[in-house]
Amino acid sequence: MSAEQSPSQAAAFTADSARRHRKDRFFRRLARCATWFGVIMLAVLIGGILRDGAGSLSFGFLDSFPSRKPAIAGFKAAIWGSLWAVSFTALFSMPVGIGAAVYLEEYASKGRLVGFLELLIANLAGVPSILYGMLGLIAFVRVFGMEEASFMGLSLPFGRSVIAGSLTLTLLILPVIIISTREALRAVPSSLRQAAYGLGATKWQCVRHHVLPAAMPGMLTGVVLALSRALGETAPLIMIGALTYVAFIPETPYDPFTAMPIQIFNWASRPQAEFHHLAASGCIVLLVVLLGMNGLAVWLRNRAESRMP
Amino acid sequence: MTGPGAKSTPLQLGAPRISADQLSKRAGRHIKERAIGLSLLACALVSVLVSVGIVTVLLAEALPFFEAVDLSDFLTGEVWTPLLEPRHFGVLPLVGGTLLVAVIAALLAVPVGSLAALYLAEYASPRVRKWLKPTLEILAGVPTVVYGTFALAVVTPVLQALLPDVRVFNGLSAGLVVGIMILPMVASLSDDALRAVPRGLRDGGYAVGATRREISVGIVYPAAFSGVLSSYLLAISRAIGETMIVAMAAGSTPRLTLNPLDSIQTMTGYIVQVSLGDTPAGSIEYQSIFAVGLALFVMTLVMNLLSQRVKRRFREAYS
Amino acid sequence: MKLETLVSSSATDTLEPDREPVDPPARVPVVKAVAEEAVSGSAPLETVLSARGATISYSGVPAVRGVDLEIERGAITAIIGPSGCGKSTLLRSFNRMNDFIDGASASGQILFEGHDVNAADLDPVELRRRIGMVFQRPNPFPKTIFENVAWGPRMAGYTGDMADLVERSLSDAALWDEVKDKLKNPGHSLSGGQQQRLCIARALAMSPEVLLMDEPCSALDPIATGRIEELIESLTPRYTVVIVTHNMQQASRLSDITVFMYQGELIEVGPTERIFTNPERQQTEDYVTGRFG
Repeated sequence: MSAEQSPSQAAAFTADSARRHRKDRFFRRLARCATWFGVIMLAVLIGGILRDGAGSLSFGFLDSFPSRKPAIAGFKAAIWGSLWAVSFTALFSMPVGIGAAVYLEEYASKGRLVGFLELLIANLAGVPSILYGMLGLIAFVRVFGMEEASFMGLSLPFGRSVIAGSLTLTLLILPVIIISTREALRAVPSSLRQAAYGLGATKWQCVRHHVLPAAMPGMLTGVVLALSRALGETAPLIMIGALTYVAFIPETPYDPFTAMPIQIFNWASRPQAEFHHLAASGCIVLLVVLLGMNGLAVWLRNRAESRMP
Repeated sequence: MTGPGAKSTPLQLGAPRISADQLSKRAGRHIKERAIGLSLLACALVSVLVSVGIVTVLLAEALPFFEAVDLSDFLTGEVWTPLLEPRHFGVLPLVGGTLLVAVIAALLAVPVGSLAALYLAEYASPRVRKWLKPTLEILAGVPTVVYGTFALAVVTPVLQALLPDVRVFNGLSAGLVVGIMILPMVASLSDDALRAVPRGLRDGGYAVGATRREISVGIVYPAAFSGVLSSYLLAISRAIGETMIVAMAAGSTPRLTLNPLDSIQTMTGYIVQVSLGDTPAGSIEYQSIFAVGLALFVMTLVMNLLSQRVKRRFREAYS
Repeated sequence: MKLETLVSSSATDTLEPDREPVDPPARVPVVKAVAEEAVSGSAPLETVLSARGATISYSGVPAVRGVDLEIERGAITAIIGPSGCGKSTLLRSFNRMNDFIDGASASGQILFEGHDVNAADLDPVELRRRIGMVFQRPNPFPKTIFENVAWGPRMAGYTGDMADLVERSLSDAALWDEVKDKLKNPGHSLSGGQQQRLCIARALAMSPEVLLMDEPCSALDPIATGRIEELIESLTPRYTVVIVTHNMQQASRLSDITVFMYQGELIEVGPTERIFTNPERQQTEDYVTGRFG
């Protein structure tokens, strides 16, 4: 090996340092613009909707039923219908979703069953929502519903009802709840479980009295986010036949209903421009409700984070 | 017991203070525990039920359709007119419409989302990241019906002002808005993948005197590529399954075309159109939505499985 | 050596875009610093790196305090001391790798060939081209063996024969014979010791003046360690090596000069043999005889 560095080696690095830094700066700016593009699109989206719909927003809008005349059409049936649907969805999805997550996280031994179920749940989370609507149509609406053709021969008085809609939405958000609940459970430190077992608690006692309370804020955050997703879903409800012209509020879970997204879709599909403004107004109401729900979720998450050591 | 050479005397056990009985499994409590465990297992098995349900429903309801329509006609036919005489059941126009929208969405979301991910992971300071990433994720939470309204109220008029020949319902408007919808998905998941690349690799790059761009693009991005690719596949799968934006903005004319300015129809859009109408159950039109639904299911399933397989390879490299 | 190229272009947007590549003159000592702890005897030594009152803190907590040190060209300098004494921090300040740590701040001066490395108009990318670094855990790029070595020079605009450069660098790193038939294999397919030699080859490919090594053998088995130590010895006097190590035997085997640090301060520096057999400070003696650390 030569004792001296050959001069030719050092001279052979010719890249213009200034140019390399220029490329670096340019790339940084480009990438930052790309990130801001998303933020700007969000602003344009909200601004556009506000501009289009703020004019027709009024208390009357919130308190009236839909009508063929845009001037007196309102969002009342849709708001209440959504409320009914989401409430029942919460009722059905929480026990099953949390139960499944608790089983997978606390009870099952890490084996092929768990892996298989995880794969299944991950894939269910990626199934388009309209296909859940098809499942709901056949399993809940038709299985009994108005049409002759039945699928399984079981008789359940569903039809195109709040219950059918809620069950369909439940199936849709179940994978989401399972996944987020599992994460909340995983965040509970194992030292807590060890302490409970060390005192001679059974598995259920440990889960019920120690793990679940500790994971509760995180779990609730996940549930609220899943429910806000259910609130905004349209396609499954179209499939199961949530009606688009409903001039009443459901009184029992077996009643037909409409929902906010359905009403918005219906108004936007009409040819008259006034209905398009109403659609935008409906969007504003929907977004406000979702904002409230997400704000709740953030508050819950902050509580969760402040509680954990 | 003391002193060298002492032998220890055997210990004498007195009467046991705790009986074997007391330590044995308690029948009552044991049964309760098992019952709880089984009901939790049942909750978990609901997912199996749902999966089986989806597949069964699609197959069973589509079966009569495929008894009436030849499978190869369905898969290769280029005309789709199930509601008009003469009836044709070639699904390609619907698939073509779906793919046209998905490709436009991907052309928007993949480059922009990847650049955004690179910014978030490699350039942004922690303070900026803290609010920028959640803000982007808000985009993901907007209901698709609001996006559809946005497409009709804002995007289509703008496109019509900028370009000639843009119809009221067109594939471009829907494609762009779907792209905006899946953008945060690409950005967020790719950002996660980029951050999973160990720091040592970046250090190695800096140590040979490279700029941040050279390292991000030449070392970190390729290293994270399978994770990033899996996010692309997942986003495209989402675009394929998207319903409301296309139902509201893309149109209801099944047409096999590459022209995004024209009105088209996607698979999901067709299903919605028929569901809103007065199609009697048992008719061929009714059955056709399940056939289309089955095709949709297969397409998204393949994309999702591919995405998971690719992601597994990524996780193996970095866990 | 032409050092104008070190002047950063990131400070201003306007710089003459075309600079002709010029043959550098034969190596000329740019700075002849008077070492405060002068090594007695020999001909005047060149200092390639120096620290003057260097203090480096992380979020206000000092890790290196007021260190004055001269690194001699062509020698192997070992920095030893117990964990947490600041030796890695000091090492990383030479090539400004501390820039990447949030909350790191520095005062005092670090000079490379007489130039303040923290000067506003000094380009850290060019600095790191000339000062190479090898890390504790081998970190080859997820690329082929060939690409690992070639990537850095390519980014820096190497115009010569790349295959030749790769071969020379791998030979200097004592790895060529083992990999010459499998240059297309991924860098990760090599053993730990081979990966570390690959990282050394990668650094050498940039023709650095100085090679900084941060505990390069601590993740390796004794046999791999031995091969790397042989390799390090073969690198001088062509390269200047600064090696941080917690392994005192390694320091005494390899280095010409040893620096002992404790709790962020430079306690003593001198020829290795003296430090280990007849140190001036009690703390040094306590450390090298194993009474603490």
